[in-house]
Amino acid sequence: MFTSLLSISLGAILINNFIFAQFLGICPFLGVSSKMDTAFGMGIAVTFVMGLSSAICWVINEYILMNLGLAYMQTLAFILVIAVLVQLVEMFLKKSVPSLYTALGIYLPLITTNCAVLGVVLLNVQEDYNFIESVVYGITGGLGFLVAIALFASVRDRLQFADYPKAFEGFAISLVSAGLLALAFMGFSGMQIW
Amino acid sequence: MKIGQQFREGIITNNPILVQRIGMCATMAITTTLFNGLGMGISVLIILTCCNVVVSAMRKAIPNDIRLAIFVVVIAGFVTIVDLLIQAFVPALSASLGVFIPLIVVNCIIIGRAEAFCQYEPVGASFFDGIFQGMGYTLVLFTMCVVREFLGKGAFGGGLLDISTGALKLTFDGTGGGIQLFPAEYGASLLTRPFGGFLTLGCLLAFMQHMMNKSDEKKARKALAARVEVKEGAE
Repeated sequence: MFTSLLSISLGAILINNFIFAQFLGICPFLGVSSKMDTAFGMGIAVTFVMGLSSAICWVINEYILMNLGLAYMQTLAFILVIAVLVQLVEMFLKKSVPSLYTALGIYLPLITTNCAVLGVVLLNVQEDYNFIESVVYGITGGLGFLVAIALFASVRDRLQFADYPKAFEGFAISLVSAGLLALAFMGFSGMQIW
Repeated sequence: MKIGQQFREGIITNNPILVQRIGMCATMAITTTLFNGLGMGISVLIILTCCNVVVSAMRKAIPNDIRLAIFVVVIAGFVTIVDLLIQAFVPALSASLGVFIPLIVVNCIIIGRAEAFCQYEPVGASFFDGIFQGMGYTLVLFTMCVVREFLGKGAFGGGLLDISTGALKLTFDGTGGGIQLFPAEYGASLLTRPFGGFLTLGCLLAFMQHMMNKSDEKKARKALAARVEVKEGAE
């Protein structure tokens, strides 16, 4: 039990990182990574939503959709659950951490359309994870996102002083440097855990 | 709005990926073979067109406060339909795209067009918008597939074209090896890995930006020349 959870966690954080190996959640990754503290806040918010939606969607899938033979409604049901959850997180942050709320801006409601969140829920179903495995995969997947976005925010800090062709300005150079980070993460890809 | 202008917007001047820069996750993830790329592009084109038409037809009935929720439900409905159709008729595509087909639900292109275009425009214009934006998206996917496959594996049309029997044949079961233009072991196989996705899209964006800068400069120079001419004429 413990080893399988450990292998899921390490897999989600390092080997199959959501950003660098599976390309899930690229939009907020590129959009909110220009400052370290907003990037960190976004990572925490995404981790929280991913963990919570993994748990709730697992219960809904197992006890409602599967029981009623409505497996084809999965995508629709999951996206609605995620939308409601994000709305709740937004209300909570607005009340208790208003500074983070304003810093995240448009990207907060956009967590709904973050493919990492829907992706982790769908992958849970695909991999047939049980409840605890799903929650662990959700949280560690979020942590992987946090690691990626925090690393990338510090890379982008340095980019301001870098000298690159004019055509690469803005998004293009961000993508290329993200690619270099992905190259570094490829070093983990051969790792096998039990 | 004229159809010709919409066409130009979808393909170049307002291309969903190169100019609007949305919906990039799937673009980088699945462009490893032409089969995947075209499959994804055409699925998005169909879903986008259907959603555009439905959203546009309902635009007067949708309350403003809950419009995003309604858009998402409409999109999820069409994505489920297309997902089931692909599972039934092209199972190989469903196997190789995996989770990225249901993830079209959260592809920003579709919700972005609903929000920016279809909730104001009539059905006809929305229909063509869906087709042209979908074509622009498919074109970018196609380019990325061709580049990554050629430089990474020395092949063209993997999964879609099959020449193993001697004659060129289209296959839809994902088994075709494609046309081998140079031996696979000489390719930079790194380009078929995630790194290649980031790098190829980055270079494509830079190329696009370069061309846009150039045409802007040209326009500025022309405007300047015109102004000088007018001045000289006045004198």
